[in-house]
Amino acid sequence: MAKIIGGIGTSHVPSIGKAYDMGQQDEPDWKPVFDAYKPVQKWLAQLKPDVAIVVYNDHGSSMFFDKYPTFAIGAADTYPIGDEGWGPRPLPDVPGNPDFSWHLAEELVYNEFDMTVCQELLVEHGFLVPMNLCFPHEPSWPVKTVPIAVNVIQHPLPTALRCYKLGQAIRQAVEACEDDLRVVIFGTGGMSHQLNGTRFGHLNTKFDNDFLDKIESDPLALTELTHQEIMEEAGAEAVELIMWLTMRGALSDNLTRVHRNYYAPMTTGMGLIALEETA
Amino acid sequence: MAAQRDKSRTIPGTTVFDGAESRKGYRINKFAMSFTKPENREAFTADEEVYMESWKLSDQERQFLRDRDYRGLIEECGGNIYMIMKLGTCTGHGLYHVGAQLRGQTFEDFMATRNAAGAR
Repeated sequence: MAKIIGGIGTSHVPSIGKAYDMGQQDEPDWKPVFDAYKPVQKWLAQLKPDVAIVVYNDHGSSMFFDKYPTFAIGAADTYPIGDEGWGPRPLPDVPGNPDFSWHLAEELVYNEFDMTVCQELLVEHGFLVPMNLCFPHEPSWPVKTVPIAVNVIQHPLPTALRCYKLGQAIRQAVEACEDDLRVVIFGTGGMSHQLNGTRFGHLNTKFDNDFLDKIESDPLALTELTHQEIMEEAGAEAVELIMWLTMRGALSDNLTRVHRNYYAPMTTGMGLIALEETA
Repeated sequence: MAAQRDKSRTIPGTTVFDGAESRKGYRINKFAMSFTKPENREAFTADEEVYMESWKLSDQERQFLRDRDYRGLIEECGGNIYMIMKLGTCTGHGLYHVGAQLRGQTFEDFMATRNAAGAR
């Protein structure tokens, strides 16, 4: 039986990818970001997951507002690196596990989560920054992936509770798979940030740290947050945080926290939490 | 159904990208999305006016683009920040330049408000 063995909540700020590609990992203002992921890389290297389910949003790489799905799942052999407007990042294409993706899609749809299934999908910073920070990629990625894209950029968005329930359904779907797969799940995005209006650059460190507390110990409290409340407190683009609830919904309550970090250098609270299922 | 948004409670200095914004901004956002193809970036760089004409942009959209007025593109034309960012390779203006403009500050003044501006 497949099982979920851990979850990671992490920001996916695009500038991190650019800094990585330019070799700025040891520059003073960047070092705290990259160092924060070293314990998580080590933990994942020991866990050796077969599959990473990555819950992220597409920022106009593979999807546009002509048809922007609320929930979508990748089901491809390979996910090429997208061009977001400045050329594709120099990373190897990311391997998929289409059999497992189709299994998840079938279970989720029959469980009333009506996923859009994508057999071609370019992946981008929402997906790649977390992968890049947590796994090595030379010469190739050590894990197969299932991208799950959530609409968090064009309102109406799915509710926080709906995202959490999707996570619960993902757990059931994983456990309904007879293959002996070890699965980790990523919830990505946020934390506090706003990228429009005169409030551009808004941060809320207290909100972010409270969210990090509750994502571990009291996720149901976070499912009660409305989009309005998240936007008022943490900025319009902080609504991405509802994707962390999908990750958390896929976990049990028997968890060990492996690592946690928070750093807010520029315009986004960069949060990280890694949770392992206690056997 | 629990209300996810309270439209009577506007958030100061904030535009929520919803259906109304997405309809208003459809053309400019589709234009900006075209910059995910290198040949389109090259076409814009070769002749901005010809490329804007090929998309039948409005006079207002064209003028904001000529002026590199991102506040206008976003606040008045319905531009989505993630799409408008795609213009950056051609304009040389990254997120923090756009952000400073949205705040009505110089780039330097905006950067001085950040905790660790080397992580840019």
